[in-house]
Amino acid sequence: MTRRIKSFSAMLGSVILTLLGLTVITFLIGRVMPVDPVIAAVGDNAPEDVIVRVRAEMGLDQPLPVQFLHYLGQLAHGDLGMSVLTKNPVTQDIARVFPATFELATAALLLAALIGIPLGVWAAVRQGSLTDQAIRVVCLAGHSVPVFMLALISLLVFYSALGIAPGPGRQDIIYDGMIDPVTGILTIDTLLAGDLDAFRDALAHMAQPVVILAYFSMAYIARMTRAFMIDALKGEFVITARAKGLSLSTVIWGHAFPTVAVQLVTVLALTYAGLLEGAVVTETVFSWPGIGQYLTASLMNADMNPVIGATLLIGIIYVGLNLVADLLYRLLDPRVQ
Amino acid sequence: MVSRRQFLIGGAAVPFLSYLDLATTAFADTPKDILVVAQQLDNMTSLDPHESFEAVGGEVISNMYQKLVRANAEDPSKVDPVLAASWEADAEGKVFTFKLARATFSSGAPVTAEDAAFSLQRAIKMNKGAAFIINQFGFTADNVESRIVASDDTTLVLTTEKPTAIAFLLYCLSANIGAVVEKKVVLANEVNGDRGNAWLQKNSAGSGSFVLQSWKASESIALTVNPHGPYKGNLKRVILRHVTDPSAQLLMLQKGDVDIARDLTSEQLKTLQGDPTITLVRKQIASLVLMSLNQSNANLAKPQVWQAVKWALDYKGMQENIVPLTHTIHQSFEPAGFPGAIDDTPFQKDVAKAKALMAEAGLADGFDITLDHYAAQPYPDLAQTIQANLGEIGIRVKLQSAENRQVLTKMRARQHEMALSAWGTDYFDPNSNAEVFNINKDNSDDAKSKPFLWRSNFKNDDFAAKAEAARDEKDPAKRIALYEALQREHMNNSPFVFMFQTVRTAACRTAVQGFRLGVLSEANSYQETTKA
Repeated sequence: MTRRIKSFSAMLGSVILTLLGLTVITFLIGRVMPVDPVIAAVGDNAPEDVIVRVRAEMGLDQPLPVQFLHYLGQLAHGDLGMSVLTKNPVTQDIARVFPATFELATAALLLAALIGIPLGVWAAVRQGSLTDQAIRVVCLAGHSVPVFMLALISLLVFYSALGIAPGPGRQDIIYDGMIDPVTGILTIDTLLAGDLDAFRDALAHMAQPVVILAYFSMAYIARMTRAFMIDALKGEFVITARAKGLSLSTVIWGHAFPTVAVQLVTVLALTYAGLLEGAVVTETVFSWPGIGQYLTASLMNADMNPVIGATLLIGIIYVGLNLVADLLYRLLDPRVQ
Repeated sequence: MVSRRQFLIGGAAVPFLSYLDLATTAFADTPKDILVVAQQLDNMTSLDPHESFEAVGGEVISNMYQKLVRANAEDPSKVDPVLAASWEADAEGKVFTFKLARATFSSGAPVTAEDAAFSLQRAIKMNKGAAFIINQFGFTADNVESRIVASDDTTLVLTTEKPTAIAFLLYCLSANIGAVVEKKVVLANEVNGDRGNAWLQKNSAGSGSFVLQSWKASESIALTVNPHGPYKGNLKRVILRHVTDPSAQLLMLQKGDVDIARDLTSEQLKTLQGDPTITLVRKQIASLVLMSLNQSNANLAKPQVWQAVKWALDYKGMQENIVPLTHTIHQSFEPAGFPGAIDDTPFQKDVAKAKALMAEAGLADGFDITLDHYAAQPYPDLAQTIQANLGEIGIRVKLQSAENRQVLTKMRARQHEMALSAWGTDYFDPNSNAEVFNINKDNSDDAKSKPFLWRSNFKNDDFAAKAEAARDEKDPAKRIALYEALQREHMNNSPFVFMFQTVRTAACRTAVQGFRLGVLSEANSYQETTKA
């Protein structure tokens, strides 16, 4: 019991230290970057007296350590400050934009895992065959084709030329303002509102960005699955199972795959974390109002409270998913326990 | 039982099925009573007319609020009445009396002189970025209640500190900072003495054509028609959608998902020329592309070098090859479309002349210099051409690219040598740019005021005196003549190389009529826009 408490305390300490480090680094980058946040707030043409006053209002005339301590004090109360750009509390902004990214990332991960894992297994089983080569080419393309290019091609083909997919945005203009945000996840909110047309519209708008994000994640998942599976298939337990006369599918899915699943948990967790941090380019091309766009717009406007807030959130997601992966690891692999 | 092969094939087909499933969803053109605009909205900070000081916010605000007067869209030398039916100045030019016309706020309440006085007082007391446009007439938080007064329901009296040219005052009042808000509504939403600022950032209380329905930051702005306002067309709503990527804007325009695309690139506009379904609305706007030569550099401080640089550049080549649809050649400090702007373009590429000027400056062998420029196009392409042009006269330019605010921050710290940047005019009066490019009272490092000239260490008392004389000249024709003369003198004797003026283009579907772009963004108007 004591050992468990110690282990938990160490883990918690490590998480707090990680987040504190992240806060310090992001805060410092925000303060030393060669863009004056006051100019971003009041415009380049504002008179000097206004600039001086706003600098004081934003607390930027204080020494750096004082600014940081003040920020930490705010943070301790769950206050991430105000956004200069949106005039909202950062927590409120994040609560608005994060569900959009969450919706996209979750759908993309599910799709990527559903396709990527079987593809990886298939490639491993048929190692060196034409099938394996074809899957490798598909995966290689997923890693090497710039995402903006694929996104634009998708828009050009499915939206512009064929007209079977909607354009950029999260919903059609006719549904604008018609669905009250409850969870912020539009597909769920439309269902809660009982508006099936709006639900279909939301799904339709998700399709392209989800498929593109899923493709890139799928390429990584399939490649890793293939590598893990190839190793697993060399194991003596697999040879034994085959020698016992079990069918190929039983050997693959019943014996080899469970060992791979343990490693895949980490791969999936990291992929999910990557997706949740906001696919900036995909969100930009598809005008998806998610955390990636929010972070980029804030950064470009030197609006540092949202930048630090969003970075902290992403840090928490990474740390959180790593913890979940660790826990799952223990559940799936008795040796770790 | 699904076989493994079937499962894998099924999995691989999911992306395609997800598209095909959408074929049953109708993706129709936008409704006829809703105007949908694709626009980059992510740098908008406030919709309070007495706070906002950037282009997109300014445009939205000017469609929701009315001012006492506005500049005539066709003839910049004229000012049209809006909320003010008439005005007059006393003999001394210090007391200005405005009689208000009949107008109604979106709430249904009439616009009174008390609302107008409250609005101008509010702008001065809040003292946000654009307040200087009207506090330059001597209004302060302490005196504004006695100097801006509603003498009755329809009479507003302004008393300036010094004798003032009425043209100057009117042009300044035509800026968004002169917008009239409904006093009662604003005060009802006041929190902690903020004069309704927090509320007005995201709501509206004006008498303009439209009312703010919603603003979702970096997502959309929805406007509905003010039932009591001046709009008479068939639109019920205007929705501005934040679409960052110009390529996506183009596709949406071509598909009919948006009616107007506002941020297309030069290359994209080229593809739309001759397209019968698209109309291109073009306007030269008050944004100038210029090079600033920092006078703290001994070589750049020589007037012959200013001239050499101006004669070395291939303006025509750059305009035709790099910015054919987005910029025109412009070489004076007042943008075309402004009162008093001149269209002289005396400088063209003349390498021999530029070399002779370099020799006259004692710099026949040239010198090394750094040019800071914005990272966004077309600045990198322009900078490369400038580098090549100046290289021909011996000036060896090292290019330094950065995000535009980074360049501006560096200029504000006087750390640049040469900088290629843009300047957007603040308000519709020639004094706006004349002051920026001519007046620098204190050139010391710790100066209290740090105007644009200060950044490049340039001070010319003669120019400053002439700019002030033009500002205060009461005879409108003489005032214009003074500004014209100053521009000609300035273009030959200053370390600022004006090169281009930006041309803004809105690509509209032909069903859309009457959308107007202005020289300043606050003149961009949906007031006469209709949709067939």
